[in-house]
Amino acid sequence: MSNISNTHESAGGNLTARALREGVFAGLVSLGLFVLFVGLETTQNIRNELVLNQRWGLLAIFVAVAAVGRFLMVAYIRPRLEARKASASAKPVTEEQEGFFRRNFSKIAIAFLLVYPFIAVAIFGVQGSLKWVDNFGIQILIYVMLAWGLNIVVGLAGLLDLGYVAFYAVGAYSYALLSQQFGLSFWALLPLAGILAAFWGIILGFPVLRLKGDYLAIVTLAFGEIIRLVLINWTDVTRGTFGVSGIPKASVFGIWSFDVGAPNYFAKAFGLPMSSAYYKIFLFYLILALALLTAYVTIRLRRMPIGRAWEALREDEIACRSLGINTVTTKLTAFATGAMFGGFAGSFFAVRQGFVSPESFVFLESAIILSIVVLGGMGSLVGIAIAAVVMVGGTELLREMTFLKAIFGPDFTPELYRMLIFGLAMVVVMVWKPRGFVGSREPTAFLKERKAVSSSFTTEGHG
Amino acid sequence: MAPGTNTMTNDPILKVEHLSMRFGGLMAINDFSFEAQRGEITALIGPNGAGKTTVFNCVTGFYKPTMGMIIMRQKGGREFLLERMADFEITRDAKVARTFQNIRLFSGLTVLENLLVAQHNMLMKASGYTFLGLLGFPAYKKASAESIEIAKYWLEKANLIERADDPAGDLPYGAQRRLEIARAMCTGPEFLCLDEPAAGLNPRESLALNELLRSIRKDSGTSILLIEHDMSVVMEISDHVVVLEYGQKISDGTPEHVKNDPKVIAAYLGVEDDEVEEVIEEIEEIEETQGGTH
Repeated sequence: MSNISNTHESAGGNLTARALREGVFAGLVSLGLFVLFVGLETTQNIRNELVLNQRWGLLAIFVAVAAVGRFLMVAYIRPRLEARKASASAKPVTEEQEGFFRRNFSKIAIAFLLVYPFIAVAIFGVQGSLKWVDNFGIQILIYVMLAWGLNIVVGLAGLLDLGYVAFYAVGAYSYALLSQQFGLSFWALLPLAGILAAFWGIILGFPVLRLKGDYLAIVTLAFGEIIRLVLINWTDVTRGTFGVSGIPKASVFGIWSFDVGAPNYFAKAFGLPMSSAYYKIFLFYLILALALLTAYVTIRLRRMPIGRAWEALREDEIACRSLGINTVTTKLTAFATGAMFGGFAGSFFAVRQGFVSPESFVFLESAIILSIVVLGGMGSLVGIAIAAVVMVGGTELLREMTFLKAIFGPDFTPELYRMLIFGLAMVVVMVWKPRGFVGSREPTAFLKERKAVSSSFTTEGHG
Repeated sequence: MAPGTNTMTNDPILKVEHLSMRFGGLMAINDFSFEAQRGEITALIGPNGAGKTTVFNCVTGFYKPTMGMIIMRQKGGREFLLERMADFEITRDAKVARTFQNIRLFSGLTVLENLLVAQHNMLMKASGYTFLGLLGFPAYKKASAESIEIAKYWLEKANLIERADDPAGDLPYGAQRRLEIARAMCTGPEFLCLDEPAAGLNPRESLALNELLRSIRKDSGTSILLIEHDMSVVMEISDHVVVLEYGQKISDGTPEHVKNDPKVIAAYLGVEDDEVEEVIEEIEEIEETQGGTH
């Protein structure tokens, strides 16, 4: 039977006849198989006697499913799959002309993000926009920025870092503590937080970077935990698990403040009604600018010798050394650069929350950031941004799905299933696109034409 | 000096003296000395497991030798003790480049990018260790254009210019070998070490490789040390052959001399146990007639 089905038959009538034949045959086979398994059931009745139940209905369903399934398979599904395969292989290998949207995706996305708060305000009103700007916009952009920062370490240099959140924590606490102790402004502390995080990146990097692959991953994981435990236990400075609260807000370069009592209060200066939405919109643009800075620096660095050395390091460390590249400093710069952006994001996080505690910097955060990088496609900025939107936006969206309560009952809280869905989504994406959403790599230099490098040639790096 | 070594000038670029390398109980190289002359192609040959690649790894800093000295003398007369330097410093400062027996390209980078990575140190300096370049200083732009010109030059030499924008992993095997040599040359070496450059090449590719090596020696004045099994390549292009067996030098001289050296023949073809005596006698006879100093 199977070898008949393998031969090509083009005539449609022939196909239907064959499908019918195979369907009947499949039905017969399943009847033979299931007649004793399903059709007859033995149970014990109340007097411990063996009773034979006849379940012809169920058997009929089994047989029907097999027969109809086989019929549909042969008659419709398989020809269609084959046709698709044939058309795919018949198509020339040349790149399809990409549509306008795809070609200008990043420009369109940036333009959309620039007007996003206004759209939100226009649709939901000033107060109503709060949720959309803060929970969706800012939340997603923080993760985009963190993932882009980690991308330098993992995606470009190929160093598996499971403790990235440590640098995020360093940045957040730098701002929180220094602004409270010394009254420094956000704009002075933002670069300082980045520098401190980079400094910690180097401190971690020095002893660790002679390790490779799994060993490196374990040690970075431990480093992440150490930072968190220090934050918990060094109560004199960090106030332990209570966290640091009352962190000052950022101002618009010191010109307008967002403290209601201040004389240069933003809403007062513009004669707007009082609302916390303005601050959120300001923060939105702030994190957007920071994220775009990360992307810009990453793009520029990739075209610099150091960026090429990072990618070369990911491909083959020994070959790098044979070309006179000092791999230790190259790795350290990757670590420090990634950490610096983590530090920026951290200080932004502290400003946005107004409160930091060690609870925000658990390993799960590192894992989420890393999975965004992997899902997006290591090294690809666009892919990572999409992955962040899908993963973080998706979990935020779950909170909105209150209508599910109508289906599953009032006790159903969709956000509890967040991790389950997160995991399922990862499995699906990794099966469907093993190298992430954007697996191909843009070359940094070219002679005649810029051709994307297929993911089958790039390596993930081994530490 | 061994018989048949009729090199006219004595201007060694690389001097290896009493090199020994021990891995645990195994003496991979035992008191091995040789010289590679400037501007020559020196071949290091020997049966499998003779320690050729170990010598290579010692010269290029991938192994630290147990004993011995490796002296690299640059054109300007500057000398480097390679056994004391880290592998990347040997390429960067002493100007010794190498390739690998199993090709090590950056397969996910394009052919052009592979050659640009090789010019890392030059470009790093030009970009002010990234900072000035990031700010868009013109010095880096100029250096970057120059580096592409250098890459183009080597792509043309290696006959790879058509594939410059393809990923290196996509090239056929022979082209990958040539690319690896071109990449090593992009580091601007004075001394190039090639580990079995002809391995796995078909006769035509092998000929093209000979051409490439000859032109490297002629045009850039780079001296070459190569390990090779392919005798047609060795005999064809090398000026000087050193034969290694069980970590010891058994012959050293011109290709002609080495080809007829009974010790080399014995090492390569092998001799029956009962013939060993005979062969040794024969060797001694030959040495006497040649008036050798062995």
